[in-house]
Amino acid sequence: MSQENHVNESIINEEVKEFLEKGKRTDHMKYLPDMEVIQSDVMDKVREAARNYDYSLYTEADVRRALSHDYKTPEDFKALLSPAALPLLEEIAQCAQKETRKHFGNSIYMFTPIYIANYCENYCIYCGFNCHNRIKRARLTYEEIDKEMAAIAKSGLQEILILTGESRKKSTVEYIGEACKIARKYFRVIGLEVYPMNSDEYAYLHKCGADYVTVFQETYHADKYETLHLAGHKRIYPYRVNAQERALMGGMRGVAFGALLGLDDFRKDAFATGMHAWYLQKKYPQAEISFSCPRLRPIINNDKINPMDVHEAQLLQVVCAYRLFMPFAGITISTRECARVRDNLVKIAATKISAGVSTGIGEHVEELEDKGDAQFEISDGRSVQEVYDSLLGENLQPVMAEYVYV
Amino acid sequence: MNHTKDTWKIGNHEFTSRFILGSGKYSLDLIKAAVEQAKAQIITLALRRVNEGGAANILDYIPQGVSLLPNTSGARDAQEAVRIARLSREVCGSDLVKIEIMRDTRYLLPDNQETIKATEILAKEGFTVMPYMYPDLNAARDMVQAGAACIMPLGAPIGSNKGLCTKEFIQILIDEINLPIIVDAGIGRPSQACEAMEMGAAAVMANTAIATAGDVPLMADAFRKAIEAGREAYLSGLGRVMEKGASPSSPLTGYLQD
Repeated sequence: MSQENHVNESIINEEVKEFLEKGKRTDHMKYLPDMEVIQSDVMDKVREAARNYDYSLYTEADVRRALSHDYKTPEDFKALLSPAALPLLEEIAQCAQKETRKHFGNSIYMFTPIYIANYCENYCIYCGFNCHNRIKRARLTYEEIDKEMAAIAKSGLQEILILTGESRKKSTVEYIGEACKIARKYFRVIGLEVYPMNSDEYAYLHKCGADYVTVFQETYHADKYETLHLAGHKRIYPYRVNAQERALMGGMRGVAFGALLGLDDFRKDAFATGMHAWYLQKKYPQAEISFSCPRLRPIINNDKINPMDVHEAQLLQVVCAYRLFMPFAGITISTRECARVRDNLVKIAATKISAGVSTGIGEHVEELEDKGDAQFEISDGRSVQEVYDSLLGENLQPVMAEYVYV
Repeated sequence: MNHTKDTWKIGNHEFTSRFILGSGKYSLDLIKAAVEQAKAQIITLALRRVNEGGAANILDYIPQGVSLLPNTSGARDAQEAVRIARLSREVCGSDLVKIEIMRDTRYLLPDNQETIKATEILAKEGFTVMPYMYPDLNAARDMVQAGAACIMPLGAPIGSNKGLCTKEFIQILIDEINLPIIVDAGIGRPSQACEAMEMGAAAVMANTAIATAGDVPLMADAFRKAIEAGREAYLSGLGRVMEKGASPSSPLTGYLQD
């Protein structure tokens, strides 16, 4: 049975309880001024699909039928994400591996994130950056960004993912644009994981050199979303869901999707994530699609946060279901997972792995060290060289970039 | 038939090998062995894989003496393909370019219309243009008109290993187009490569089938043999195939007397 009243107690502390009890929360479905409203039915379709997904209805026979199809349908995707698929996980993983090799061979793309600022105006109760969490805040100057990027580039990486906390005031679009321009001096591929913005702003950042946009929806369950994102721009659910579409309208080459597994019913969230990508790819066939599969991690001032029922097996199930449903999509596996899990996931279905990661601000250059606190605790602290060597050791081919900016 | 003289040409480039090898999707340190086993004289590579001066730069792994055939993968329209081609000429120092234009990330089917446009621009700039295309006779004629040096129809969706799904249409191109026809994409096994050559294709391009084999160099060798066998069968003239049992030599005209 679907869990309509799924609550992950590990997230909620006294402060959150107090805020929730005050009961003065804004309408999370209503756009704020300056938020671009686009004509799109994608969000409604995704939400309807997720609402109608009852994973308890699927049987082993449905899973086997799904596996037998050359091209998986949304029905197949539902079966692959259902509890009935779990006992067939080995078989599913083998199919996923075959599909991955067909589309990507043994290439595994490497990248690293760079956190340039951690100011945030949102109150997302599970996130270390949230505006009520007392952490050390920082924003790198352009000169510091340059130093950090130069240090990262020495490792041989060619792809960078620029991250900020979600503060339009502290990290303006221009600030992010300048960071992209600096990044172009050192890297060939530039991705962004920043607050959602309007399509003209995405177009501006594309001109500055960025071509990929990642936005985690966290959970697609709007009512649950409301109880987790208590304040700030991020509270506005539809504006966030439509971010990828606005990015594509702005000329970005690719968009990435992710539900933070463990926040709500992970099967429904994974299903909604896949359908979101599926509908957008149908509407924008040229879009490069990728998925991230983050699970909840402990944060500063709340070390009990955990992903509840999303164990390693369930994570693998989700990764394989994404792979089989959209065989051409990239799948990124973050340092939220430990080296053992990551090394195995890239052997099966993941195609992109980060290395030399720090989620704090200014940690790649000694003099900047510990400028700002980290978003979450990482579980795989290996350097670029270590990850590179480990991929080679598994007969995988590390690829630093497969990309031309045009 | 003197087999030592069985050469073919793309633009001003002459080759004896009819196996064009891909370089993607497998370990860089296997490329050399694969080229050797394939006895390939042409190797394709995506310009976007080139990482000049950086780690894992594919160019560093390609043996000397092999012609580089850079492709424009990543291009979504003619303009992007043209820009990538110009870059590739700078980086690889070759006038050869394979045009790949896709605006669908799911099936990666080539966009014939945009490919015709890019062919025209690049041919005028002196490139030897090798357009990858969906096998359509009209589009192929337009590509010839636009200055293409060969035509590269797909057998099946790229990476699908499904074989010659478009066989009938490729045969039409072979029969009607007066340029080398190179079957590109979808070839999953040596027997399919052999079949394409029996049909009269000038060459076969394969990547995924070899890249995803358990033993990459061995599969490259198998493909080479199959392609050579198919070529020889084509040159020697295939015997006819009986549809049903034996047939009288002239069932309808046997009555004719005077």
